[in-house]
Amino acid sequence: MRTALFLLLLLAVAAVPGSLFSQRSSDPNGVTQYFQQNPDLAPILDKFQLFDVYTSVWFSAIYLLLFISLIGCVIPRTIHHARALRSRPPKTPAHLDRLGSFAAFEVAPGQTDAAGRPITAATAVDSARGLLRRSGYRTQLFDSASRSGSALSVSAERGYLRETGNLVFHTALIGILVAVGIGSGFGYTGQKVLVSGQVFANVRLAFDSFTPGRFFTDSALDPYRIKLDSFTAKYETENLNAFGQPIDYTAKVTTYQGTDAKGTKETIKVNDPLAIGGNQVYLLGNGYAPKITVRDPAGKVVFSGATPFLPQDANLTSLGVLKIPDGLKKQLGIRGLFYPTAAQNEAGITSSTNPDLLKPELALVLYTGNLGIDKGEPKSVYSLDTTKLTEIAGPDVDTKSIHLNPGQSVQIPGGLGSITFDDVSPKGATNELQSVPRFASLDIHRDPTQGWVLFFAIAVLLGLLTGLFVPRRRVWVKAVEHEDGSIRLEYAGLARGEDPGLDAAVADIAARHSQQLGLRLTS
Amino acid sequence: MTTALLASYSLVLVYSAMGVYLFAFIAFTLDLARRSSESPAAAAVTAPAARVVGQLQSATSTTLLERVATPPAVPTRKSSGFERVAFALTVLAWLLHVGGTVLRGIAAHRVPWANMFEFSLTASAIIVGVFILVQFWQNLKFLGAYITGFALIVLGFGTVGFYVNVVPLPPALQSYWLIIHVFVATLGTAFFAIGAGLSIAQLIQSRRESNKIGGLKFLATFPDAVKLENLAYRVIVVGFVFWTFTLMAGAIWAEHAWGRYWGWDTKEVWTFIIWTIFAGYIHARATRGWRGSRSSWLAIIGFAAVMFNFTIVNLFFKGLHAYSGL
Repeated sequence: MRTALFLLLLLAVAAVPGSLFSQRSSDPNGVTQYFQQNPDLAPILDKFQLFDVYTSVWFSAIYLLLFISLIGCVIPRTIHHARALRSRPPKTPAHLDRLGSFAAFEVAPGQTDAAGRPITAATAVDSARGLLRRSGYRTQLFDSASRSGSALSVSAERGYLRETGNLVFHTALIGILVAVGIGSGFGYTGQKVLVSGQVFANVRLAFDSFTPGRFFTDSALDPYRIKLDSFTAKYETENLNAFGQPIDYTAKVTTYQGTDAKGTKETIKVNDPLAIGGNQVYLLGNGYAPKITVRDPAGKVVFSGATPFLPQDANLTSLGVLKIPDGLKKQLGIRGLFYPTAAQNEAGITSSTNPDLLKPELALVLYTGNLGIDKGEPKSVYSLDTTKLTEIAGPDVDTKSIHLNPGQSVQIPGGLGSITFDDVSPKGATNELQSVPRFASLDIHRDPTQGWVLFFAIAVLLGLLTGLFVPRRRVWVKAVEHEDGSIRLEYAGLARGEDPGLDAAVADIAARHSQQLGLRLTS
Repeated sequence: MTTALLASYSLVLVYSAMGVYLFAFIAFTLDLARRSSESPAAAAVTAPAARVVGQLQSATSTTLLERVATPPAVPTRKSSGFERVAFALTVLAWLLHVGGTVLRGIAAHRVPWANMFEFSLTASAIIVGVFILVQFWQNLKFLGAYITGFALIVLGFGTVGFYVNVVPLPPALQSYWLIIHVFVATLGTAFFAIGAGLSIAQLIQSRRESNKIGGLKFLATFPDAVKLENLAYRVIVVGFVFWTFTLMAGAIWAEHAWGRYWGWDTKEVWTFIIWTIFAGYIHARATRGWRGSRSSWLAIIGFAAVMFNFTIVNLFFKGLHAYSGL
């Protein structure tokens, strides 16, 4: 017990640093930021695995030791309990009055019970046995002669469920650990950004990012497709205290499984994931994907598409990058900021003041030169390496950044061609609320043992309830027959573990027993 | 009625409740002072070795029912006038408090626990409510000053520091788990709060009993240290069951909303730490040398961690549970 207590408290202390430092598992950007801000300290902290506390050697060591000590405790206790379950209640102690809970009374000679039969030690103990049995006790009769006369007694025990619950609780904790371990080995998580109208096919290459477990194989991916039909975001427009706060995100999708060509219409919401092909598909992010078309000087389209811009703040000021390596005289790089509701402050800096499309505006900085993607090196689609690029429109050159509203076009400086910010509003639209396509960011998870974790968690709770609140107690009722024919009835109880209700239970049994014998309590 | 009007009525009720709590707190404190002047000898009852507790009457004759061992007699003390007034004021304040909380919920068209201000309101109401209900089981009114003082501090911080206007729920909170998870967490917190109060009393009482500190005569009217420890344990195990359920319900909700049931988010970490501390507390009771004051310290540290989780983690730690509304 001392070991368990020590390891539990150590585990509690060891978990603290994980909340003080950003963790790679939950907040990788925070870790990167910390490295930038504390370049000297961060590597030292990293050496002590303070950015990976919950997978660190020292944290793992503590909980593994805890679980080893747990197993070392549970196994012998299970064996002992299995024996106790099959054994009979122990012999009645000679001196019941030495026990903490004790009551006794004398029955005068020649008394009869309610049915008119004479009360003897045998009938009294027999009726006590019946009473205890009905109350859920396991009973055993004993006959012991003593100086004061012959004594018959019933020894009873109840509450085996307490130890069962205790063992279930601890075993289920081990079960959770094992299930979590197996689940993380065979499961995976992946992310996919889908612009309205796009389709995701469940193959590894289609994911934007993919984190497989150690034992994952591609065959674990079930073939299915998800088409994002539409994504709608609703923002508060009436309550001025929360103006522009998101109140609903809904992704309407069509799913295709196997040879089903027609598809099934489904809805994914934030608290309502989609279950498909052994996966759970969650709606965890969203944003805008402005549709931009680039034409060469002859008017031929060299690029046209909706590019997801990553949200930078709650009002969805979004940052995006476009790379056009082919089709124009020079390679063209575009870094854009998109404002769903553009507003300029007094210093002339544009920002978004509402996440909805009230006054959409796109600000572009253009570069020409070498995009650095010719050699086929993998580059993030969300960043632009400007080391070999020349700015041709933007804050650092004479031609200022290009500002476009939906539907507007502008010529690229240097006669390279033109850029259009396409308006995708349906025909006859009277406002700009649908002028820019939206994207939804889907998290696709597979956790094969999630159900087991839930099963063990429920077992933990049930085990806890029975292990803490079912009283385990022994109760004895003894009838000593004196020579004069009077009978002394003794009641005693012994708690095994926490049992605040023992005194009351013994008193209750004494009262019910005397009632059963036809004796009536007058005060 | 408009949302803003209802919310302002709610605030009026909460301020009134605070006023009444203040008077209840003063009366409870005066009651503690009164206890000091009571003679402890009157309270001490020695149990006879055996005494007749009743008579059994049957059809033919009468027998004596005797009880040899009686449970240790608890000093039964007549409650002072201050205590009765204080408790009545607490109930009145609590009714106003609950009224304010319910009005806030009506104003917001949802459960009143979706930001720090509303957490403070609801959590303190549940803590006082559990304190009132517990009196039907055990007379713990000697904790009145502690509980009303605590409720006053929480409401003070809530109204002054955390007040926000009614705003709709962000999509991540739109789930029935908000009702279950947060409510059970606050219920667990209430039991831990009372357990911590009893543990503080146990610490002082055991010091007094071992003559380490003089004075504090009012403690003679409290249950003895062993009884206080047992009461604390029984209250805390209930809190522990609620906390375990909170952890599980939170994990299920996290799976729905964030796509994983456990991700070591700061709030998850602290909920886990608290669970581990109280698991340690329960083990301490079965560990030689850890009963008594050491257990009490664990209960107090555990409750301090709950408060830390509620305040510091909510306000200053980065994480997904960013619902303080501030």
